[in-house]
Amino acid sequence: MLSRSILSRVRLSCNPSPPKRSASQLTSRKQRLLRQSATALPTTAASFSTAALRPATATSTFSSSSSGAHPLLRSRTAPPSLLLRRLLSDQTRQAIDKAVGSAPVVLFMKGTPETPQCGFSRASIQILGLQGVDPDKFAAFNVLEDAELRQGIKEYSDWPTIPQLYIDKEFVGGCDIIVSMHQNGELAKLLDEKKVLVKGEEAEGEAAEANKE
Amino acid sequence: MASPSSTPVEDTIREKITAALDPASLEIHNDSHLHAHHKAMEGSTSRETHFRLIITSEKFRSKMQPARHRLVYTLLKDEMAKEGGIHALQLRTLTPEEAEKRKQAEEGA
Repeated sequence: MLSRSILSRVRLSCNPSPPKRSASQLTSRKQRLLRQSATALPTTAASFSTAALRPATATSTFSSSSSGAHPLLRSRTAPPSLLLRRLLSDQTRQAIDKAVGSAPVVLFMKGTPETPQCGFSRASIQILGLQGVDPDKFAAFNVLEDAELRQGIKEYSDWPTIPQLYIDKEFVGGCDIIVSMHQNGELAKLLDEKKVLVKGEEAEGEAAEANKE
Repeated sequence: MASPSSTPVEDTIREKITAALDPASLEIHNDSHLHAHHKAMEGSTSRETHFRLIITSEKFRSKMQPARHRLVYTLLKDEMAKEGGIHALQLRTLTPEEAEKRKQAEEGA
């Protein structure tokens, strides 16, 4: 299911004519669960982060409306500034503003949705996939690709750990909060209210089932 | 010379949280050994990098979860910012009523 939903975002970002999801959406929940337990697909591994963090062409990964290089995207080649580590510069803040607003659901994580580099990031992305978040309404940012983002997002959110979830530009929480909201049904409710779930019975059924746990 | 504690970080966590939050209950789990092989832990010699805290406190009342977590993060700011300090902190922050409810749910399950 993860590969169907959020992970397909990765493919969308590097495929000019993405395949339609319809046929694969018809697979049973059981099959999808099996697939979820499989390891990440090696063929598309890391394509999100590298594509996402490259200037110009990559901006479309985050936002269809963006034009020009994202300030965050340039930071890899910029000399590291010690000041930035302690004080969030206007430039960094604006870049993060833009990242936070790049999609209705935004996850700052370690690694990519397909190959998370941390168990907490993995758990978070799996939950978003399980909930049936629409890949078109989702963006993930790999903080390991960008030291400025990694440090900046902590200050921006006043939150010292990664992952961090934003919905409609509002900070929701880290992994523990995502997990508990997933378990108590608040996350399904919130995602539904924000209309960021994949439309269709299956996704709804899945979210409902998750709630029972 | 008094022998130094083998768990200085855990001791600090307990001290700070007890002093600030007056918890009805406080569980500190050191999960560092589970993460010792992680890439992020390369070169780290600390045995106190990953903690899981379950805190029940009146101080959490009428605070949303993010605010509760921030409260704890703020208390442990230095320990988290320090090089080789706390790398990951899992939190479950409950009011006494929520803890009771959770307990009942677990017993019922």
